[in-house]
Amino acid sequence: MTPFTTLESPACPLPLANVDTDQIIPARFMKRPRSEGYGAFLMHDLRGEPGNAAAVLDDAAFEGAQVLIARRNFGSGSSREAAVYALADYGFRCIAAPSFGDIFASNAVKNGVVPARISEADAEALLSDPGVLAGGRIVVDLPAQLLRVGNKQFAFEIEPVWKTQLVNGWDDIDMTRSYAAAIDDFAAADSKRRPWAVPAA
Amino acid sequence: MSYGSRTIIDKIWDAHVVATREDGQSLIWVDRHLLHEGSFHAFDQLRRRGARIARPDLTFGVADHYVPTRNRGSIAPEIRRMVEQLEENAREHGVTLFGLDDPRQGIVHVTVPAQGLTLPGNVMVCGDSHTSTHGAFGAYAFGIGASEVAHVMMTQTIWQKRPKRMRVRVDGALPPGSTAKDVALTLIARIGADGAQGHAVEYAGSVIRGLSMEGRLTLCNLSIESGGRLGLIAPDDTTFAYLDGRPYAPKGDAFARAVEDWRALASDDDAAFDREIVMEGSDIVPTVTWGTSPEHALPIDARVPDPDLIDDPAKAQTVRDALAYMGIAPGTALGDIRVDRVFIGSCTNSRIEDLREAAAVLADRRAVVPGLVSPGSAAVKRQAEEEGLDRIFRDAGLEWADSGCSMCVGMNGDIVPPGERCASTTNRNFKGRQGPGARTHLMSPAMAAAAAVTGRLADMRPLIAGRTK
Repeated sequence: MTPFTTLESPACPLPLANVDTDQIIPARFMKRPRSEGYGAFLMHDLRGEPGNAAAVLDDAAFEGAQVLIARRNFGSGSSREAAVYALADYGFRCIAAPSFGDIFASNAVKNGVVPARISEADAEALLSDPGVLAGGRIVVDLPAQLLRVGNKQFAFEIEPVWKTQLVNGWDDIDMTRSYAAAIDDFAAADSKRRPWAVPAA
Repeated sequence: MSYGSRTIIDKIWDAHVVATREDGQSLIWVDRHLLHEGSFHAFDQLRRRGARIARPDLTFGVADHYVPTRNRGSIAPEIRRMVEQLEENAREHGVTLFGLDDPRQGIVHVTVPAQGLTLPGNVMVCGDSHTSTHGAFGAYAFGIGASEVAHVMMTQTIWQKRPKRMRVRVDGALPPGSTAKDVALTLIARIGADGAQGHAVEYAGSVIRGLSMEGRLTLCNLSIESGGRLGLIAPDDTTFAYLDGRPYAPKGDAFARAVEDWRALASDDDAAFDREIVMEGSDIVPTVTWGTSPEHALPIDARVPDPDLIDDPAKAQTVRDALAYMGIAPGTALGDIRVDRVFIGSCTNSRIEDLREAAAVLADRRAVVPGLVSPGSAAVKRQAEEEGLDRIFRDAGLEWADSGCSMCVGMNGDIVPPGERCASTTNRNFKGRQGPGARTHLMSPAMAAAAAVTGRLADMRPLIAGRTK
């Protein structure tokens, strides 16, 4: 995984709450392999809806945006990692919102995308910030846990473990392999402690 | 690790810690790993690493997300491919599969517990957010993404942070007509769709103790809809009686020994929770959703909100947007909302008791709108047919189909057409969940049956007066 320290790009302001993973990627697009790319399906049906609540994604002002700003409960619902594939393949590397679905946030980190938790007030401030709305650049500073727009800065929260993992670009599986002996020891002891825990049949 | 007073959440956690890093992350042993067609992303990751499944004996596959529920003889090629891909991957890795033609086929969260694979004190994971369902048995069960699925495949473990603990206590008793679905929707409306984020939830109290296993499965299933990592219920005699004799459950002395261990899982009397919610059972009435999030739920006799009366502009906009999508005028009485079809099924409400409750309303009545009934498993389908429930559904004019995730998620092609309104026993009323432009109202099986016979959102209570227990 590519280490993440800072990035600077326009931020796309999406003033929606409860953007669930079904909206981020509708189920019918999930049959294809990841290698074919998921970016084209990002919020596909929202963008096709009358009144298009996700029109900002197609607004030239936010071309090249790597940061998405949204309201509370972003990425709730289905565990589909394809939602993160769609965001990442579209170009987003940081989502800033007041709260995230737990599974989504975890999936994001596995794919090098930063789930940055900001306060509700800061989310509203960013969503209406003239600099953001004009397509101005925002800086995501992960080590400092700060978003900077013009001369304003907004603190964000992230699980310390995730921060470490993102900053270092660590891969879970490689890390776990160094625990192979501990896993074997646990399994052996556990089969004595809980002999009923394996499937009968 | 502290061994003072502990919650059931801590007890299961402590029994599964393989190692804990300095940063607080723990490597957790996984007792059961469940796969479905969507797991192909993880199998692809394994292939790229040239890796194998570490413990195929603890891994089970179920074909459910894409399986056709009708015309299984003529399956669309891209759907067939999804099912075959799972079969090939399961065969290659030596994983037991409840495939399309297996008598044990069904929705993973319906058939796996019925097979006795879900045990109290287990840690269970699956690449599906409704894995929380298995918490009904006192299992620590949660949904994960594809990268974590690949990690569990390769190591039989998962990195986790100890969750915060929340207890939801429901005291007293439910009034007639109120079900586990109504408990869940009432809770989600109260704490919000993100109200339990970061928490593992224990459901407790006399209402919970009084629920059948089916009701407990429904309640725990919906834990994710309030954002909970998982939801569980301490195992008791109801749990043990259900498990005794199931195919994969322990047998004989092993079962007796297991029950002894399982009884010790209950939270200690003075165990501390980070957060507690108390609800009164008698306050919980038949509830339906009106909007595009499960938190948009109200008692059936209420009116939908009016955004002009909401002070917070962001909240008002969310309500306005939801009502616009749903095609409902502000302030409309729920009972005045007409529906175009009904769906009875999904991992939330497709078990035998769910079908009985819907059938009790539908018996000797005709549905005035079309509807689909998809039982939760092939076994549930067989049992319902033995009980004659299929006749009741068919005689009412509803379609009786095979088992799968079906119209809850629409992956197999069972969708609600654009703009149509569906009374649904499922778990998500998200925009487009049941198909592009589909409008979903969540409710219990008896409420969906009431919608079928009235053609609108309707209170089921007058319709069962004198009919059931």
